[in-house]
Amino acid sequence: MIENDTGRKLAVLVCIWAALLLAPYWMPPLGGYTALGTRVLILGLAAMSVNFLLGFTGVLSFGHAAYFGLGAYGAGLSLKYLAPSTPISLLMGMLLGGLAGAILGMLIVRRRGVYFAMVTIAFGQVFYYIAFQWSSLTGGDDGLRGFSRQPLDLGFFSIDILSNADNFYFFVLFCFAIVVAVMGFILRSPFGRTMLAIRENERRARFLGIPVERHIWIVFTASCFFMGFAGALYALLNNFADPKGLHFSQSGDFVMMAVMGGMRSFWGPLLGAAVFVVLQDYLSSVTVNWMSFVGLLFVLVVLFFPRGLLGVVRRKLVS
Amino acid sequence: MSLLRVENVSKHFGSLVAVDNISMTVEPGELRAVIGPNGAGKTTFFNMISGFLLPNLGRIVFDGEDITSLLPARRVWRGIARTFQITEVFPELTVRENLRIAVESASGFRLRVWQSRDDDGEVKARVVDLLEMSGLTEKADRLVGELAHGDQRVTEIMMALALKPRLLLLDEPTAGMGDQETYDITQLIRKLHHDQKLTIVLIEHDMRVVFHLADRIMVLAEGKMLAEGTPQEIAANEAVQAAYLGKVAA
Repeated sequence: MIENDTGRKLAVLVCIWAALLLAPYWMPPLGGYTALGTRVLILGLAAMSVNFLLGFTGVLSFGHAAYFGLGAYGAGLSLKYLAPSTPISLLMGMLLGGLAGAILGMLIVRRRGVYFAMVTIAFGQVFYYIAFQWSSLTGGDDGLRGFSRQPLDLGFFSIDILSNADNFYFFVLFCFAIVVAVMGFILRSPFGRTMLAIRENERRARFLGIPVERHIWIVFTASCFFMGFAGALYALLNNFADPKGLHFSQSGDFVMMAVMGGMRSFWGPLLGAAVFVVLQDYLSSVTVNWMSFVGLLFVLVVLFFPRGLLGVVRRKLVS
Repeated sequence: MSLLRVENVSKHFGSLVAVDNISMTVEPGELRAVIGPNGAGKTTFFNMISGFLLPNLGRIVFDGEDITSLLPARRVWRGIARTFQITEVFPELTVRENLRIAVESASGFRLRVWQSRDDDGEVKARVVDLLEMSGLTEKADRLVGELAHGDQRVTEIMMALALKPRLLLLDEPTAGMGDQETYDITQLIRKLHHDQKLTIVLIEHDMRVVFHLADRIMVLAEGKMLAEGTPQEIAANEAVQAAYLGKVAA
């Protein structure tokens, strides 16, 4: 029974990674294009980062786009002013998002529930307005332009990730795999189990000797680092960073992807992001009100499938 | 030296005085019961010892150290574990996972982000021990939320034990249980007390349990200490009888 369970899990993992690895080959025949897959990966990574906090620790942040946007600006500014290097830009983006999260996290971990969500929105909006107003550095409302991702220099040869969309997809997939592996390892560790403990019953966790605030801060900070990394990738994808990436409506989108896909499952948010991005891509060419359809789907999922889309798929597989 | 010394603690909620100037000394290896009618302040008193509430007045000393205003988690690290009147477990995790989290926390593995799966044999062995002691081995891989009330209660006590406490606080361990379950849990507490010489303070309504287990009994009524003594002394105490029978204690 237990062996069966691990076997099935392994099979699912193999399927997921095979689908991701082969995406540039099966997407075009189905009417997609590689850059769409890249978008799914990046936004999926962001949604998984939000879910690291929401689904596994039970803490809802409504301002996580701030760290995503900071990651994007960090990468863009690094490429534009610091060094024409893709790895350095990713590092800078991740650091900017993560460190901002670490500092602000200290101020908000004592709040709970609605208050926590409200404070995260407020701090997020602060960054939005800074990016919006500080035109000389960030380009203001027009966004940050004038940078582009650089070829990956591996010493004896370099990989063109700028003009070759497939190469860039594989590069993003590689980055995605690293971050997802880190998340997976943390969740399986003793620390990861304290996260579940806090989600399940904060009072019990506290009286088992788990310093709840400190653990929430660590998870919040980690998820901001992941978020900053995703944001940096996003800036590389678009060769552009704009204040909308910091706005709380963007945070809402991430939460929506996580909840729609299934916030109790590890891979749910990726599925949520895929549905969201593909619907957006398809519907926005048909109607400007594409969001009402995505919103409708979201409401239906929450009402009828509280475990998310992946929860439904899983139940089908089991029965 | 006494293990726990509570000195003249009081707790007010607005104008309500829930606990009024109560002192208690618990010796190592002792089993102390705290009884009293509803609203006597028993749970509030407990909450101050475990750090869930801070007293307005008074001092709490554990093993020679002032812990009056220490955070709950730090009290756990010093060896105080508790259960709650309304069972507090992790309902959507299995019994095994519930115990494992407690064992890992007690082992100081809380911050380990490496070490995946089951590579720590010591943790695993301790979880198995606890499961055997509780008689829950067969239900180990079921979600705690799906178990009967009695089994959930036992799981909570086992989680507290997993912390290797020096002082165990049990808030109405037999609340809402049937006769057989009450008997089983009483036997378990008795075993912990006799075999492992564990120091236990418990709140209990079931007088059979109290008189069967306790070395000493403290009686609270309306936030005040009414009496304190051995079970024989308490049984013979007129003020206690009056409080329980609802007469005015003159």
